[in-house]
Amino acid sequence: MSEGPVGVDPSVVLPDDPSFGTEVQVDYPGYRSTRWRAPSRPLVTMPEELHSLGAPVFGETTVDESDSDLTRQHAGEPLGERITVSGRVLDEDGRPVRGALIEVWQANAAGRYRHEVDQHPAPLDPNFTGAGRSVTDDDGRYHFITVKPGSYPWGNHENAWRPAHIHFSIFGRFFLERLVTQMYFPGDPLFAFDPIFHAVRDPRSRELLIARFDLPTTQPQWALAYEWDIVLGRGGRDTTPIEGTP
Amino acid sequence: MSLGRTPSQTVGPFFAIGLCDRKENELVDSRDPAALPLTGLLVDGQGTPITDGMIEVWDGRRWGRCGTDGSGAFSFVVAKPAVGRGAPCLEVSVFGRGLLRHQLTRVYFPDEAEANAADAFLSRLSPDERATLLAEPVDGGIRFDIHMQGPLATTFFAH
Repeated sequence: MSEGPVGVDPSVVLPDDPSFGTEVQVDYPGYRSTRWRAPSRPLVTMPEELHSLGAPVFGETTVDESDSDLTRQHAGEPLGERITVSGRVLDEDGRPVRGALIEVWQANAAGRYRHEVDQHPAPLDPNFTGAGRSVTDDDGRYHFITVKPGSYPWGNHENAWRPAHIHFSIFGRFFLERLVTQMYFPGDPLFAFDPIFHAVRDPRSRELLIARFDLPTTQPQWALAYEWDIVLGRGGRDTTPIEGTP
Repeated sequence: MSLGRTPSQTVGPFFAIGLCDRKENELVDSRDPAALPLTGLLVDGQGTPITDGMIEVWDGRRWGRCGTDGSGAFSFVVAKPAVGRGAPCLEVSVFGRGLLRHQLTRVYFPDEAEANAADAFLSRLSPDERATLLAEPVDGGIRFDIHMQGPLATTFFAH
């Protein structure tokens, strides 16, 4: 067992433990808000029909082109490092998930969210809302243009800071494919200290949350490119979604 | 060969800027004769309302979502779905700060005693578990409180 990171309470970041499986540990104690919010009653086996239940379909009409360009939603351009974030939404067999609605939200380059609860003393950017939407194409691809979000402090423990991240919400084809997660940036020095990231106890599974810097699609004189594929899982074996209960 | 699935992370406290910037809590038009208000509170293990949670409701055809307000309340306009393989019900997904993965549960309707008694899924739950999935009739609608923990803890599904 490795020693924990220096400078952080060892209860905040627990050692790796793949025996928890590849999903997140919902009652991870280092993330304090789980204490009174993670379900306490034992989970029950889900109703059988959920395995084949389809997800809501939103379609292309849900989004405008401008929804996926977070740098063009105001009169001027936001401050910060311009980036593109692209990738594919896939199922566990590697097949593209087309028509998946992706919604993103993030802090601005200074690490501040445009949200009344966020009181971090960093500036708001009048040219940045920090929210976007996209629907995957026939190859399961999505593409956003944005600025790299800043890290920001939070009250979880002494000197707690979140690694830079973009929140992602995805609707796949199946109800059980619903996923809300966070995309991180490679090499972030805050990984070692972050209980939300480490609530995924399997280090290989944690890696799946980190985007890859991609030089070939980085656009010269314009924007750094990050690539991040999202794999939607579900418990069932059926391959065709059905429209709910007939 | 199976790819590793991307793990879940919490929606955090600021999801409203991305997920609640439009009104999406009416699965049916409130003027529809079948429209039924569904209201409830989202409550933590200390009995404190969760004011930064979000609920999604899906009946297989119609979908909606609603962030909880300053008192932990959410509200929808739903319609009772047609009876399919079991008693009519709505799929409910719960998101929030402190929830590293969304939780799944169901609302069953209080005026469907016969269908509920015959429902295969409800029948394999204990009476306590079953009781947490049953909405209460209230004036003109139904009420469904969601308790994450405690003696009234809602039954959630492994997924």
